[in-house]
Amino acid sequence: MALRRPAEAPLLAPAVRPGRRTLADRESVLGPLLLAPALLYVILLVGVPFFMAILLSFSSAVAGGLEFSWVGFRNFQVLLSDGQFHRALQNTLRFMILSQLLVMVLATAAAHVLDAAFVGKRLVRSLLLLPWAAPVALSSMAWVWIFDSTFSVLNWTAKKLGLLQGWWYWFGDPALATVAILTVHVWRTFPFATVVILAGMSAIPQEIKEAALMDGAGFWRRLFHVNLPMLLPVVAVAVLFGLVFTATDFSVVWLLTRGGPYNSTHVLSTLAFQRGILGASLGQGAAVAIFLLPILLVVAVLLLRVARRAEVGA
Amino acid sequence: MYAAALAFTLFAVFPFYWMLITAFKQNRDLYVGATNLQHIPWIFNEPPTLYHVRLLFLNTPYLLWLRNTAFVGALVVLITLLVAVPAGYSLARLAGRWGERLGIGIFLTYLVPPTLLFLPFARLVSWLGLQNSLWALVLVYPTFTVPFCTWLMMGFFRSVPRELEEQGLVDGYSRLAVIGKVVLPLAVPGMLTVVIFAFTLVLQEFIYALTFISQVDRMTISLGVPVALVRGDVFYWGSLMAACFLTSVPIAVVYSAFMDRFIAGLTAGAVKG
Repeated sequence: MALRRPAEAPLLAPAVRPGRRTLADRESVLGPLLLAPALLYVILLVGVPFFMAILLSFSSAVAGGLEFSWVGFRNFQVLLSDGQFHRALQNTLRFMILSQLLVMVLATAAAHVLDAAFVGKRLVRSLLLLPWAAPVALSSMAWVWIFDSTFSVLNWTAKKLGLLQGWWYWFGDPALATVAILTVHVWRTFPFATVVILAGMSAIPQEIKEAALMDGAGFWRRLFHVNLPMLLPVVAVAVLFGLVFTATDFSVVWLLTRGGPYNSTHVLSTLAFQRGILGASLGQGAAVAIFLLPILLVVAVLLLRVARRAEVGA
Repeated sequence: MYAAALAFTLFAVFPFYWMLITAFKQNRDLYVGATNLQHIPWIFNEPPTLYHVRLLFLNTPYLLWLRNTAFVGALVVLITLLVAVPAGYSLARLAGRWGERLGIGIFLTYLVPPTLLFLPFARLVSWLGLQNSLWALVLVYPTFTVPFCTWLMMGFFRSVPRELEEQGLVDGYSRLAVIGKVVLPLAVPGMLTVVIFAFTLVLQEFIYALTFISQVDRMTISLGVPVALVRGDVFYWGSLMAACFLTSVPIAVVYSAFMDRFIAGLTAGAVKG
């Protein structure tokens, strides 16, 4: 409302003074001009490195040196016969799928709880968001301490409750380490999904809810026949984002297990780091990382599709 | 209902409680539970102490890391604003139909993850001679702040009523003057959101910092705390958790305060204005 003119001002604008029009007034120029820095940045520092990553995967480049020699598909051939790589690829998919399945259930439940009116709802909601909003490298350290091999509070509690006879070495056993990583992934992504689903729930027209209630539909019936179908696009958006975040996560796995024990919990990103930076074999590392691409591509396509449908439905 | 809400909240908050209680426990209190089942780790068994916090501030580079992070954060925020605000406006108002596609294109680059780009960047950084330099982070961090913030700004500019601008134009102001006098003041909340997001994203970044920075006194906070506070095999859990708590909780509070805008921007950015 900054330009509301006093009532006595002429309705028609004062004539445009000649000479005030500059180059910047020509919108065909101004538009691209304003956009150029962002476009340049994105092309130079996302686009170019992106293709560099692909090129690197076909090279025997090493860290430190700058030489570049084309080796064709050799890196990929090596990887395909590499058990560690298979394991990493499987782990990536496993963490993605299992954690998001859990997230879907937990987040839908949590959103329904939060949707009901109760005292302290705002507080609960903001507390729920902490895991998502806290820097993951730091909260992962808290989990490292929670799962600590000797001082694990979980072990203590399980023992006290009589659930545990021996001792769980969380990061010393491949199965337990996998559970630990999954826990952190779920812990970190379910709050975000909850809030997204909550936003989706408030968008369901009140009439539909009331109509279902009037027709005598019970809680579960309303959940499965009214709420969930209407929420599906929103849940899908939340879960797809969760998939991207778990697929590309590095910090959780790196800080919890460094890919151990015995390289059993590596995911693509940690293996790429180990090979490319610690092992100094950039080409190998890049080839590992490239396998993230098809995964991300599928998720991105699904995301766009679901988002479009959600829009139409809205 | 309350029980379910409580369960979810406990699950979400537990690690933060654990940071807090560890940070103020005496060592005797921290390291006994393993051998003595009678010793309850969940509570303070000995009076709380400031020992670990003092250790963190006086004997570790924690404050230096804070300063490094502030330096990188401020520059990244500045770059992001300078780049994303004009771009967002251009996409929202001047670009016409191809603006829509270009906007989605720019947003998609946000999905290209650091874990795919850190290797080429490692090479770029060593080519530029920026290893172990905070400037490497200043250069690279906008790659994830710019796409996202451009998208956010596009949404904000779309929500500014077109009529206001047209009136300005009719009044004989140039387009740039209209942007300066009408649009930008109205977009201040949007720019504030961008500042918060760019800054918190910088605070949270880990893999680029791990790849480029190896010198302890040049680390940022979310690299230094997990990597450099562990000396050899010894974890100083008290100080470590104090650092985690003091850093992550303020960030999380600020970040979640802006969460609704984040979600609105994420989902509504595509809605035609």
